[in-house]
Amino acid sequence: MAYSKKVVDKFENTLKNPDKFNVGRFDPQDGDVGTGMVGAPACGDVMKLQIKCKQEGNKHIIEDVKFKTYGCGSAIASSAELVEMLIGKTLDEAKQIKNKDLAEVLELPPIKIHCSVLAEDSIKQAIEDYESKQ
Amino acid sequence: MNKSKPIYLDYASTTPVDERVAKKMLEYMTFDNNFGNAASRSHSFGWQADEAVELARSHVANLVNCDPREIVWTSGATEADNLAIKGIANFYKNKGKHIVTSKIEHKAVLDPCRQLERHGFDVTYLEPNDGGVITPEAVKNVIRDDTILVSIMHINNELGTINDIASIGELTRENGIFFHVDAAQSTGKVNIDLSVTKVDLMSFSAHKTYGPKGVGALYVRRKPRVRIEAQIHGGGHERGMRSGTLATHQIVGMGEAFRLASEEMKEDTKKVSKFHNHFLEEVKKIDEIYINGDLKNKVPNILNVSFNFIEGESLIMGLKDIAVSSGSACTSASLEPSYVLRALGRKDELAHSSIRFSFGRFTTKEDIENTLLLLSNVVERLRELSPLWEMHLDGIDLDTVEWQAH
Repeated sequence: MAYSKKVVDKFENTLKNPDKFNVGRFDPQDGDVGTGMVGAPACGDVMKLQIKCKQEGNKHIIEDVKFKTYGCGSAIASSAELVEMLIGKTLDEAKQIKNKDLAEVLELPPIKIHCSVLAEDSIKQAIEDYESKQ
Repeated sequence: MNKSKPIYLDYASTTPVDERVAKKMLEYMTFDNNFGNAASRSHSFGWQADEAVELARSHVANLVNCDPREIVWTSGATEADNLAIKGIANFYKNKGKHIVTSKIEHKAVLDPCRQLERHGFDVTYLEPNDGGVITPEAVKNVIRDDTILVSIMHINNELGTINDIASIGELTRENGIFFHVDAAQSTGKVNIDLSVTKVDLMSFSAHKTYGPKGVGALYVRRKPRVRIEAQIHGGGHERGMRSGTLATHQIVGMGEAFRLASEEMKEDTKKVSKFHNHFLEEVKKIDEIYINGDLKNKVPNILNVSFNFIEGESLIMGLKDIAVSSGSACTSASLEPSYVLRALGRKDELAHSSIRFSFGRFTTKEDIENTLLLLSNVVERLRELSPLWEMHLDGIDLDTVEWQAH
């Protein structure tokens, strides 16, 4: 496992202090919550990402995020990293986050790039879910 | 955690060289000691090396109760497997082109079989039963008139399950088929008696039994005689079956390691069994775990457990001060979960969640206690992080969910 120190630290900190790193869940039925879940247990990773938004004028801002991830160390680190990127962003800004941003920050090895792809898909799906409720 | 050495629970991958073995090996390298070439017949340097090699050969033969002349030195169990399988196939190809092996063999058996398929051989890959065992009946059902070789491992390296090689041997002998057994995981763990067990070829490794890496041996039966085509040529060493100057220090190491194994097998097994039973008892207290492989038919030094709803690589990262192996795809370069666990019929997610703990001669009670403590803690934390665990607690059947595989 040729992981960067960033992946290892992110993983370990999330494991030690789940609350601080936004592990948890919102009620998916709430009108201000959008949920995205991607991946499959058989493939070895599933990410669940939930955003809680507030409306300011005609902008929707991500106020809080919760996540849970089943997967390898880099999948867990990618989700935790993504969550930190999301808080405080508008939905339009959040849509601009690409998997390569995550891969760069965490210095993911090529074989683990799919973890960052999964993270990008989870935020897209969460935004879609939120927007469908508005 | 401090910076002390991690706890080593991966003895099935490799074992440390026993200090007593390392000491003996050092006597066969430098000018002040014995450095001769065992093939030099003209001076005492060669004679001494030859003597050391033959003594080591007798130690290996003694552990499995065969004639020392039936032992051929190789670079390891992988080479021994290759020599046995390709050696038989090439020598007896006019007799038949069918080979029987299993889906849970080591790659050192599977890959030579694949190679032979490319050269016109027909290979049957047997499925194990639920307990991870290849039964004699399974072998019986697939042998044919043109079957020349059956290659089945003795102890599976991932599960620790034991195949009944005595019964399979009766069957192959009756049918005039050669029987090869990969016994890399067996030496020093279970008793092998080749004077009664009808095995024709058996592969051994030194480094799984507290010997050095880079040396192994192939047992080739003399009565009834088994012939193989050499795979390495260049001088006709080892009765023409394996050329190349013998690595005296490595061979001496393997001999000493196997001598110690025959002396200490009982004691090693007793100690390891105690650790295994305690570990198993404690690990069973964790919710939603599955033991892979038949507990009633396995060696105690290997224990393979799936921790449902947790991915194996993340568990290994969580257990960072403990050295173990996982069947998870994420720890392999291939991105495929363990083919052994899949052959067992385990769902992919349980294969991804598996950890192999293997104990050995230098495992301590503290190692076991510390591992158990950390394990239950990390499992709990990773489940808190797992959406699958959350769904399980909510009573959702994960098999009914439509996943978005990527």
